[in-house]
Amino acid sequence: MAKDNQILEEITSREYEHGWTANLEADSAPKGLNEDIVRFISRKKQEPDWLLEWRLKAYRAWLTMKEPRWPNVTYPAIDYQDIIYYSAPKQKAAPGSLEEVDPELLKTFEKLGISLTEQKRLTGIAVDAVLDSVSVATTFKEKLGELGIIFCSFSEAVKEHPELVKKYLGSVVPMQDNYFAALNSAVFSDGSFCYIPKGVRCPMELSTYFRINAAKTGQFERTLIVADEDSYVSYLEGCTAPMRDEHQLHAAVVEIYAMKSAHVKYSTVQNWYPGSKEGVGGIYNFVTKRGLCAGDHSKISWTQVETGSAITWKYPSCVLKGDYSSGEFYSVAVTNNHQQADTGTKMIHIGKNTRSRIVSKGISAGLSQNSYRGQVHVLKRAINARNFSQCDSLLMGDRCGAHTFPYIDVENSTARVEHEATTSKIGEDQIFYCRQRGIDEEAAVALIVNGYAKEVLNQLPMEFAVEAQKLLALTLEGSVG
Amino acid sequence: MLHIHNLRAGIEGKEILKGINLDVKPGEVHAIMGPNGSGKSTLASVLSGREEYQVTEGEVTFMGKNLLEMEPEDRAREGIFLAFQYPVEIPGVSTVNFMKTAINQIRTYRGEEPLDAVAFLKLMKEKMKLVEIDQSLLNRALNEGFSGGEKKRNEIFQMAMLEPRLSILDETDSGLDIDALRIVANGVNKLRNPSNATIVVTHYQRLLNYIVPDYVHVLFNGRIVKSGDKELALELEKKGYDWIKNEPATA
Ligand SMILES: Nc1ncnc2c1ncn2[C@@H]1O[C@H](COP(=O)(O)OP(=O)(O)O)[C@@H](O)[C@H]1O
Ligand SMILES: [Mg+2]
Repeated sequence: MAKDNQILEEITSREYEHGWTANLEADSAPKGLNEDIVRFISRKKQEPDWLLEWRLKAYRAWLTMKEPRWPNVTYPAIDYQDIIYYSAPKQKAAPGSLEEVDPELLKTFEKLGISLTEQKRLTGIAVDAVLDSVSVATTFKEKLGELGIIFCSFSEAVKEHPELVKKYLGSVVPMQDNYFAALNSAVFSDGSFCYIPKGVRCPMELSTYFRINAAKTGQFERTLIVADEDSYVSYLEGCTAPMRDEHQLHAAVVEIYAMKSAHVKYSTVQNWYPGSKEGVGGIYNFVTKRGLCAGDHSKISWTQVETGSAITWKYPSCVLKGDYSSGEFYSVAVTNNHQQADTGTKMIHIGKNTRSRIVSKGISAGLSQNSYRGQVHVLKRAINARNFSQCDSLLMGDRCGAHTFPYIDVENSTARVEHEATTSKIGEDQIFYCRQRGIDEEAAVALIVNGYAKEVLNQLPMEFAVEAQKLLALTLEGSVG
Repeated sequence: MLHIHNLRAGIEGKEILKGINLDVKPGEVHAIMGPNGSGKSTLASVLSGREEYQVTEGEVTFMGKNLLEMEPEDRAREGIFLAFQYPVEIPGVSTVNFMKTAINQIRTYRGEEPLDAVAFLKLMKEKMKLVEIDQSLLNRALNEGFSGGEKKRNEIFQMAMLEPRLSILDETDSGLDIDALRIVANGVNKLRNPSNATIVVTHYQRLLNYIVPDYVHVLFNGRIVKSGDKELALELEKKGYDWIKNEPATA
């Protein structure tokens, strides 16, 4: 055991790879939050009145709400007046094309392995890059435009496609949905917008890359994806942040609206700065993600690999309204050192013959706490609803915790809901078996963990799967029980 | 190749090996027999470097190097292979993937380039034939849901892939029916050559009809109490272990 803990220590002493800060001049709001700040943000973004009103309504609602205390996480009270709600890297004007983007900005993203120069088409992924509060570049826009696909920053969507934004904003996650969603609705500064027209299969992965750069700044982005009838899109989201001693708040909202027979696949590799080994700093990742299967036969799949953040509070959910619609949730959540995660999903079965599938793989190491919280709710009229849930926990070492909170709520007797759960430890026997074959401890743990998470990793698009595998290995490798 | 001198080792303060002496030269096959609990698996564990076991006295050299100072993975990379009595399951990791990782780590240790996919596949096909194992088994999660025979055959397949200098087979025969036993033994025999050696740990004489040993040692209560040639195994089969318990220890 002592030996195992030592291995764990060695491996967890690795530094966070994306912890550097780029030297970018920023245009920021003063610290704190009040109606003037909300107005400031709206004005900065030259928004129409209806959106300012929407924000103010959200802000006023937020004032009456309380921060949720039910998640299985602990942290000191957040001082909402000590946060900067808007920070944008200074650019001459909104860049009209990539050539006009500040080279320092492009470099920032290059350093993260994300090329925003379209000449380098190697990856074949369209990217919307969001730095602090604003979107700095969206690639492949013209090519997608030929198919009628809209993929742009949220701010641009407000300007160019106000009717779509007005119609769908808040249609899946109402502004008063919860404390953090209300906060986001009041102060969100940018994010991505995507519309896939009827019958179109998006030919490339669409991706948003979020990066927090400025200090003391919260990131409140909003993503809205609307998939029209018979369309398909696969959407990726990645994120990193510099190492800082203070906690930074990230409260995002993602809404997906799927019409008849539309299929949306949303994948996340979340690698926000997790804080130091001693638990200093790190991102508070309080995120609301929800998809509405509005049309019959529609489908929404969430896949997430959560390795970063000091605290994660996030439940990507599906509201299965259309008949024969289906929702999926595949998750690997890794916590190490002092990280805390309370994550899972909600599957709300409303339509007939709706299906949902939940595969959750928790991995806890160090002194971390990792909770799965999931709800399966079958409403009265959801005849023949089916759910299958598999929730596994893997423990490394004996100082971490794994918890499972399944809530099953069935109001229709024809429903079939299955829940399976396991808890296991990486065995010394497994590690030794690998070592006896010439595989060192780090590689052994990487192998075992990736094997454990395979069912989820298999859901990711190829490029992401490779990255996610490396990330898993990097985040914990080691630690036995 | 392997030189064990006065090896004493135990676990949790309990002494299990009480002064083992053994010399293994290239090309040789040694059988270690003995009743349950005599310390056979402990010896295999100590040689392969299981950290729960403490060596309290004696020395072990392998190819002239002090084996006891090496990490388990380095022992493996130097050419020691243990076919486990109870191979563990590793969910989600196929034998193919497992072997690819192992071979490339071993090659890196030896200063060689990693094998590319084509070369690896070629090697695998060749070894699969040798131990009569099916590709479908190798694509499945390692040992997960394998029958006893499949697990043992998979161990021998891995041995074939890694081409060790010294193989230690811990009760590889237990739980095998006669056909599986023959296949496993066949594999081992085909892999024998003048430069490698094998230690066959077994409880029964049966396996030794197929893998013919040069030497047979009887381990009892942590000591090798008798050594001989293959005739000794037959004698043990006839008389059981009781008569040997009274024999004085031999070096
Ligand atoms: N992990 C362990 N903890 C305590 N005693 C052990 C452990 N492993 C083996 N032993 C004891 O050591 C002795 C030798 O065991 P083993 O080497 O497995 O024998 P064999 O393989 O010859 O049957 C037995 O008395 C056994 O109970
Ligand atoms: Mg044994």
